[in-house]
Amino acid sequence: MKSSNAPRRLVALIGSMVVVLCSAACSVGSLGTGEQADGDTTITYLVFNEPSTVKAANALIAAFEKDNPAIKVKLDTMPTGSDGDNVVKTRLSTGEMSDVFSYNSGSLLQAIRPDEYLVSLSDQSWVKDLDKSYLPAVSTAKGLYGAPTGGTTPGGVVYNKAVYAKLGLKIPKTWDQFRANNLLIKKSGIATPVEQTFGDAWTAQLVILADFANIAAVAPQWAADYTANKAHNVDQPALGSWQHLRQLHDDGLLNKDFASATYDKGVEALATGKAANYPMLAGVIDAVRQNHPQYLKDIGMFAMPTATGTDSHLTLFLPSGYYIPKTSTGAKLDAAKKLVAFTQTAKGCELLIQSGSYGPFVNRLCQVPADAPAAIKELQTYVAAGNTGPALESVSPIKGPDLPQLAVEVGSGIRTADSGAKLYDQNVLQQAQQLGLPGW
Amino acid sequence: MTVGTTAVAPAAPAPSEHPPPRRQRGRSTRSRYPLWFLLPGGGLLVLLFVVPTATSFYFSLTRWTLFDSTFIGLENYATFFQDPQLFGSFVHTLVYAVITSVGKVLSGLALAILLNGRIIARGYLRAVVFFPVLVSAVGIGITFKVLFDPFDGLINRVLGIVGIDGPGWLTNPDLALTSVAMVDIWKGVGVSTLIFMAGLVAIPRDYYESAHIDGATDWQRFRFITLPLVGPATMTVVILNVISGLRSFELIWTMTGGGPGFTSDVLASVIYKKYQAGLYGLSTAGNVVMFVVVAAITIPLYRWFRRREVAQ
Repeated sequence: MKSSNAPRRLVALIGSMVVVLCSAACSVGSLGTGEQADGDTTITYLVFNEPSTVKAANALIAAFEKDNPAIKVKLDTMPTGSDGDNVVKTRLSTGEMSDVFSYNSGSLLQAIRPDEYLVSLSDQSWVKDLDKSYLPAVSTAKGLYGAPTGGTTPGGVVYNKAVYAKLGLKIPKTWDQFRANNLLIKKSGIATPVEQTFGDAWTAQLVILADFANIAAVAPQWAADYTANKAHNVDQPALGSWQHLRQLHDDGLLNKDFASATYDKGVEALATGKAANYPMLAGVIDAVRQNHPQYLKDIGMFAMPTATGTDSHLTLFLPSGYYIPKTSTGAKLDAAKKLVAFTQTAKGCELLIQSGSYGPFVNRLCQVPADAPAAIKELQTYVAAGNTGPALESVSPIKGPDLPQLAVEVGSGIRTADSGAKLYDQNVLQQAQQLGLPGW
Repeated sequence: MTVGTTAVAPAAPAPSEHPPPRRQRGRSTRSRYPLWFLLPGGGLLVLLFVVPTATSFYFSLTRWTLFDSTFIGLENYATFFQDPQLFGSFVHTLVYAVITSVGKVLSGLALAILLNGRIIARGYLRAVVFFPVLVSAVGIGITFKVLFDPFDGLINRVLGIVGIDGPGWLTNPDLALTSVAMVDIWKGVGVSTLIFMAGLVAIPRDYYESAHIDGATDWQRFRFITLPLVGPATMTVVILNVISGLRSFELIWTMTGGGPGFTSDVLASVIYKKYQAGLYGLSTAGNVVMFVVVAAITIPLYRWFRRREVAQ
């Protein structure tokens, strides 16, 4: 019985291996199709597979092909998150990367070895149009490798204007003012003072991440010291952010379902006025516009209130970049460079705005549109006053992977702020050693 | 060529559970098949299992970025054991393995006795008990995440109707791991039940009949006939469940993601997160640790059961 099965299994195994090998070979072939008979150049363009991203990419391709009839662009997609990271790393290391791809800037870019795998774009004419705050996020010591894919994403506190108006609250600039507001809201009982949504662990990080512009405002060298293992989370000013996260829980300001609620629920609670504040990215504004448009007028946003000064600074998460791998050569490289340059023109910016990106932008040819939601315009006051700063992950290559879980523990009262910050420092150590940074 | 005729190496029997009795010792016997018959299978075995295992042992000693690797000795292991998550996840893994194994053995035996008895719709019930085994763990995890929702979930709503304020099954740090273990028991009990049913059927009816004639009660028949003679089945069930408990990942990942925080993290989920974070050398070291832990627990367990079996 047993032995008679074995050959059959072997045949099946070999068969399945042949299928696997063939499918791998086939995909290589289809990626590699280059010059076509009529002299056209075909390049491939890889983006994350979120529907909105794919839609915007298709619009971009259509506009680009119209302007450049001799170039054809084929869209490839990859999954978001860590699966996407692995696709990018694997395809770069096996030399199968698409001719143009979009991927994160800042710490994640450093992890894919730009000097080794990407074409330097320092000599491109559009570089002069970029905001200098963006350049470090797509550069190494040896060159600039990326062009911004969109606007920055501000992080801070999204709030419900109706609740604020009803209680006569002012927009807080310091953490103490914010706390006083929250205690008033709690006393009034008309809304949850602060919405938290730990059902999606990443959302727990915002109280910490969006506080960074405030820290950088008083300690400009902090990010460099942090990268060089000289500044740590267990010390002030960074520890302050962790203490705030814990204090929100200990003051009893959170929604009842904070441990299980998800991002979508948080957006809904804020839009409908069930919650007054939500420490989050400006993406909430667009989510409200799409899912609860009747409440869009009630939504506002301010920078994370500061504990280190008197004026709060808005933290900007810098946009991802367009990159070209070194495996693109000859006519394809030229075409790839043209596509990247096209995205940095006024026309490219128009396409961006149509796809729902509002800025603030890091390309001077791109301005916040007049019909942007009020909450976006509100944020322009920070830009105008120069009170903005990039997020830590854009100016330092290290971001510990356990931050979401540690933030959940501290924000849920499972762990103290000190212990959370200490564990996070240990986690950062692993990341820094993996990147081979000096001083670790 | 001459391969066929010169292949008189000692017979290499196909791997089977019981090694064949040694016979014709000292005399070289003609192999039933020429040695090169083993090449395709052996080649695949080496290519797909031996090589990856060996390389993973090597990469666990390096800092590895997929692009290149630096040899750093045992540093990954040192980091892994100093990582504050690890000790917690280690304890959680053991707790989870024990809860699920005990749960599946007890409920599996009870269900097997019930389903071997003369009851209505026995075939249907047997199938029903086995159904959850066939459903994808990810699907079950997502479904139960919804059912366990502390406010909108069906379970707490039903409890609310009878006036009980249900706990945060997956959001309470003290409860999350146990909640997942309960779902694991529900999902996996079908296999245990099946093995126990086979074990029960194998017990000769004569024993029960003679015990009955001697006036043994139901409990005595269970205690002194069923329980000892279902031993081999119990061994299989325990070992299978301990191994799967130690390796558990899908349910935990889909239901809690190891959370809240790290309170339901097990070895496999910690290793997965380290991979996600791009700490490839470190997570490979974690996999080696897990391999050693699983081996260190299951091999003695297997030996112990075997010895008891022989003793009987």
